[in-house]
Amino acid sequence: MARNIRGQVCVAGVGETTYYKHGQSPDPEFKLALKAILNAAKDAGIDPKDIDGFCSYSNDRNEPSRLAAALGTKDLKYSVMQWGGGGGGGSGAIGTAAAAIAAGYADCIVVFRALAQGQFQRFGAAAPAKTVNGDNAFVFPYGIMSPGQRYAMKAMRFMHDHGVERSALRAISMASYHHAQSNPRAVMHGRPLTEEKYDNSRWIVEPFRLFDCCLENDGAAAMIFMSAERAKDLPHKPAYLLGASQGSEHRCAAPAHNAPTYGSSSFTTVAPRLWENAGCGPKDVDVVQSYENFTGGVLMSLVEHGLIEADQCNEFLQLDNLLAPTGKMPLNTSGGNLAECYMHGLELPIEAVRQLRGTSTAQVPKVDISLVCSGPMVTPVSSSVFGSEATL
Amino acid sequence: MTQESKYYLPEGLPAPVPESDNLSAPYWEGLKTEKLMVQKCQGCGQHQFGPEWICHNCNSFDLDWVEVEGKGRIYSWERAWHPVHPALKALEGEPYITVLVELPHADNIRMIGNLLGDRHQDVVIGSEVEVVFEHHTDNDPPYSLAHWKVV
Repeated sequence: MARNIRGQVCVAGVGETTYYKHGQSPDPEFKLALKAILNAAKDAGIDPKDIDGFCSYSNDRNEPSRLAAALGTKDLKYSVMQWGGGGGGGSGAIGTAAAAIAAGYADCIVVFRALAQGQFQRFGAAAPAKTVNGDNAFVFPYGIMSPGQRYAMKAMRFMHDHGVERSALRAISMASYHHAQSNPRAVMHGRPLTEEKYDNSRWIVEPFRLFDCCLENDGAAAMIFMSAERAKDLPHKPAYLLGASQGSEHRCAAPAHNAPTYGSSSFTTVAPRLWENAGCGPKDVDVVQSYENFTGGVLMSLVEHGLIEADQCNEFLQLDNLLAPTGKMPLNTSGGNLAECYMHGLELPIEAVRQLRGTSTAQVPKVDISLVCSGPMVTPVSSSVFGSEATL
Repeated sequence: MTQESKYYLPEGLPAPVPESDNLSAPYWEGLKTEKLMVQKCQGCGQHQFGPEWICHNCNSFDLDWVEVEGKGRIYSWERAWHPVHPALKALEGEPYITVLVELPHADNIRMIGNLLGDRHQDVVIGSEVEVVFEHHTDNDPPYSLAHWKVV
């Protein structure tokens, strides 16, 4: 029997709440999670009580047992948290849900993520404390405290090794902002970004300017997965999971920035496994959603997934190539973490599904293969690829 | 930032302390006496930093702590401008540079510190640097840091 997930599981429904600037959600985080799950159930045309599994990542605070009690879940069959922080687990949680469905552990699993940073602490601010220990002790006293500061040196090294210009980062940022202008859900809808505005924006931590950094938002997102056999009964054009992969390179988490493969998005071994699992390759991809914690992470993700060569970044990463509908590699077509919403990247597989359904606000023509790269530079990272019925 | 500060970064950042299991204690104690202490495996001779309870190369638990020379070269760097911690607001908009330094004489282990000197200097990957210790003896708890300067 082939050991892959290809075509065994489909996306039954997707759901989101309104996306808010951080701290501006009128609802507490748990209620946001419930709303997104109900929206996904409605999209799938199912009774929310029939959801029998819950998967999340990044230590989501909304526990499956509490969700199941609140929703009136008939029979809770599966509840699994993907290890690791940041958005690295987005596709990992999807892969875990799909594997459980294929194995028969559960039949209708929701992958979800909810964030209310007004209710809880913001990501980009260091928690005040008198002392620090563990891995953070090697970096906090030197002023490396936020995610941007933690990852800037990885991007800096990669850009040094491959002669990547900062214009490549600018193009990635501008693609997200461009696509957000046609997406009324996007937090940055109505706030376009020009080259001049990017170039004049303040440094956060070199090589990242303000517009190289993700937003911080409140909201929730959810995706419901079922066995592919049920796809024909669902209300939407089906989107199948072709593959998912997670992990990181040899000693990626070596303390004090001692990872042997340092200038990396952590995908150098994960991405080849994705393609092997999915039975397709980078040349087959029609549209890409690549998690922007920082644009440098996108840059390395695209290279490590084989979509572009490292020494062609300057030439290829130009805005026209990245825009729907006509670009060679439409990128982050909802606006992504930079301009739609920082929903820890779960808005990205939802957009990947919209592209397959033909319902994106920046639709690419004839999409059969839709790629998601989740949460670069952390560990573990993960990626997933979705396909139309024609790809099976 | 007020001129002639005693330290490269403003006071008030968290003080590094060993974990409850004391894994990194020899490193932090070493800095107080101006020694860069790192682990060296008795089994395979591999240098290791940051500290682990086991040698990542041969999985031996027999790890020594040895002093290594405080010379290296810049492997990567960043210049931070946005103050993410309240104490950093005392910089009043001035940036600070952090470098990742590799030590070729110790199996290319890497250490992080601030790069002393002009905060706006051009930083070149590969530049030779040497360690400069910074002692926060009046802090509670007292601690020391290892910074770097271009040779």
